[in-house]
Amino acid sequence: MEKTLFFPEQVSTFAGTVDSLYYFIFWLSTFFFVLVVGLMAYFVMKYRRVEGQTPSASPSHNTPLEVFWSVIPGFLVLIIFGWGFAGYMDMRSPPAETYEINVTASMWNWNFKYPTGAVDNQLHIPVNTPVKLVMRSQDVIHSLYVPAFRIKQDVVPGRYAGMWFQATQTGDYDLFCAEYCGQKHSDMITKVVVHEVDASALTEPGQQTFDQWMEIASDPLQGGKIPLAQAGEKVVNMFGCLQCHSVDGSQKVGPSFKGFYGKDVAIKDVGNVKMDEQYIRESILEPNAKIRLGFEPKMPSFKGSMKDEWIDAVIAYMKSIQ
Amino acid sequence: MATASLPAHQQDHASSTNYLNCSRGFLSWACTLDHKRIGVMYLIGTMTAMFAGGALALILRAEHLTPQATLPGITHDLYNQLFTLHGAIMVFLFIIPSIPGALGNFILPIMLGAKDVAFPRMNLCSFYLWVGGLIFFLTALLTTGLDTGWTFYTPYSTNTSSTSVVTATLGAFILGFSSIFTGLNFIVTVHTMRPPGMTWFRMPLFLWALYSTAIIQVLATPVLGITLLLLAVERSFGLGIFDPKLGGDPVLYQHFFWFYSHPAVYIMILPAMGIISELISTFSRKPIFGYRFIAFSSMAIALLGFLVWGHHMFTSGQSEMVTVVFSVLTFSVSIPSAIKVFNWVATMYKGSILLATPMCYALSFIFLFTIGGLTGLFLGALATDIHLHDTYFVVAHFHYVMMGGTLVAFIGGVFYWWPKITGRMYNEFWGQVSSLIVFLSFNLTFFPQFILGSRGMPRRYFNYVPEYQTLHILSTIGSFLLGFGLALAAGVLIASLFSGRRAPANPWGSATLEWQCSSPPPLSNFEHTPSVGDPYDMNSVVWDAETESYVKQQSSGGHSHVASAH
Repeated sequence: MEKTLFFPEQVSTFAGTVDSLYYFIFWLSTFFFVLVVGLMAYFVMKYRRVEGQTPSASPSHNTPLEVFWSVIPGFLVLIIFGWGFAGYMDMRSPPAETYEINVTASMWNWNFKYPTGAVDNQLHIPVNTPVKLVMRSQDVIHSLYVPAFRIKQDVVPGRYAGMWFQATQTGDYDLFCAEYCGQKHSDMITKVVVHEVDASALTEPGQQTFDQWMEIASDPLQGGKIPLAQAGEKVVNMFGCLQCHSVDGSQKVGPSFKGFYGKDVAIKDVGNVKMDEQYIRESILEPNAKIRLGFEPKMPSFKGSMKDEWIDAVIAYMKSIQ
Repeated sequence: MATASLPAHQQDHASSTNYLNCSRGFLSWACTLDHKRIGVMYLIGTMTAMFAGGALALILRAEHLTPQATLPGITHDLYNQLFTLHGAIMVFLFIIPSIPGALGNFILPIMLGAKDVAFPRMNLCSFYLWVGGLIFFLTALLTTGLDTGWTFYTPYSTNTSSTSVVTATLGAFILGFSSIFTGLNFIVTVHTMRPPGMTWFRMPLFLWALYSTAIIQVLATPVLGITLLLLAVERSFGLGIFDPKLGGDPVLYQHFFWFYSHPAVYIMILPAMGIISELISTFSRKPIFGYRFIAFSSMAIALLGFLVWGHHMFTSGQSEMVTVVFSVLTFSVSIPSAIKVFNWVATMYKGSILLATPMCYALSFIFLFTIGGLTGLFLGALATDIHLHDTYFVVAHFHYVMMGGTLVAFIGGVFYWWPKITGRMYNEFWGQVSSLIVFLSFNLTFFPQFILGSRGMPRRYFNYVPEYQTLHILSTIGSFLLGFGLALAAGVLIASLFSGRRAPANPWGSATLEWQCSSPPPLSNFEHTPSVGDPYDMNSVVWDAETESYVKQQSSGGHSHVASAH
């Protein structure tokens, strides 16, 4: 379904239910709104004060009428509740067979880990397949929200959060963080990429099926067929490093990748330390071990998610941009 | 001419001694125990807070003219601090104290026929708690650069700075105590200080609304204190309560926060509903339709309002069972509000409607509050809330209720009681113009935000996706017109202090007691114990051309609807 005045495209199996309930409430509300405001406007015109004329008597209460307009809305809201309840239970009941993706939210980055070991900071999923996300947060509360899917789930630190959905058409859609999570909350935006499953269904050049994408994502080094620095750039993008680090020397939340390699940098409580391979490796795996002067310890650890050879590639990339 | 039994129209007399000029000097105000002066000080204080919060809102709106940084100097960080300040000022310093603190303090005792509230010293103390809370709260927010939003959600609030959430909650709690003192005073006053003849069902509906509000103030605010205690214990002894690093649960904080803050929403809207009942009845010259249903619906809202806090947390990961129960309870609280709206409209039937400035604001209220209330249905229903939660739809919804509702009713109430408070009439034409500008520009500001929200624009975003820009621009244009409309309303009122003609005792023809004493009232409110009749018997007052005021008829000729209801 295409965009409408109120909604983005419908891209999940939930979208139809949510939108029809929305329109049901919308038209019901419109009816009551027109009734209330229409009568109000009519009374204002009809019973405008005329000096010297006393209004004719009218009842000051009418119990049957008042009970009527208390009970009828009561029934109507029960219908709305029931409809909303049914839709909600569907959202909370994943089918037995799902494709599972692990999600790690951190300030201000999404990280998606696939069963094959592939890692990316965009969510790639196959079309028409139930997908389940198992989510955790490394710091504060985040909330994963895909408007086109009409789904949202808070990711609370200290516990796993789950959600599932099934995309109904291919394409790129916005994925937002919806729970305020600090300074760059509004930059915690990425994409959901819904891939074709069947290669014969691809229509445009450059499109990938889910499996084709997965093959490359599982191995950013592409078996050594591309230069290490180029592979490093891919890794940096996969992990969303550039949310906090720049590659042009400008200072963001973290220090820039450019301009420091091989030089002495000032470390809080330690003094000067030379920025070499060992330092970079440690900063990726144990980010809080050495904090650069003028920066806060905000970086999450990538131990366990960034493989050794990928770290090699990142170091090569950093050397290449000095 | 009907003979007036009360010093209603003796303008010379009124201008010689009243509560404003009976004593002079700074201390006569700072140490006053007179509920009217305390009310006036609250009025000045809360109105100032409103314009400060409003100015911040305009900066926020201007920032959204483009999807990226728009104004020089407004960075991502500053934006986050500004929306936190805007929310905190508007909620804790303006909306919660405005109607009870300013209009309630001034009007409640006079409307009841009493000389003052039950505990005048406690009343003054509540004002100073408000001032102290204001200083402490703003200092806490500004020095720590708090950027958590007015909700202070853990663990973000505890991670950014170790103390800011404790001080901010403490600030909110001091302000809460000011609110408790006001509430306690109102409860005791209504119970013990009603003059002979003022039975419960002869109380004007504004008093029922303030009474219901007071119950919430007294019962809900202490929960903030408990939250504060738990936060302090966690900080000092490392006991894991909210912080997951210590084994605590951040969602527990949300439960505590909303257990206070949801009932607080009704602290904000119930008094506004009370004002509307008075305005609609007076300017239709009709007894309010279904008095008892309105009175009881206030009480129902006050009680049911305690049971729905969980609807702020449908996506938080609380159990399905809890979520479903809160959804049902949420719908139950929509019914009493609907009853009130129907009753207000029915009151106008066969009335004699005068579109004076307060009535214009009251009609705006019905229009805007109906939209605000109905859009609550989208958020109470689970399937749609999952999509709409934390988007601009929510922002639009609560602005329609809190601003289109409470603020508009507050301004309507200020225009209505202004002649009583200051003894001056304002310029009617410009008052009406201000209400029209506020009404139109309010809709231009906030209606596009519903569409932004259902299209998926999350709230509290500094940068946004470019496709939302057009609607943001509309909203920003509306907000500046809205700021102009409100400034015009303030200007009309302030100008009346210098050039307004003297107000008669009862310019609107209302039958409630505060219009029986002179404008402004004498220090002791009534020189004789007022005669209490039906508050909505409009036939009991008649227009007197000589004094340009409505005066009470010696023998009330009209039938009493309350009497007939028994």
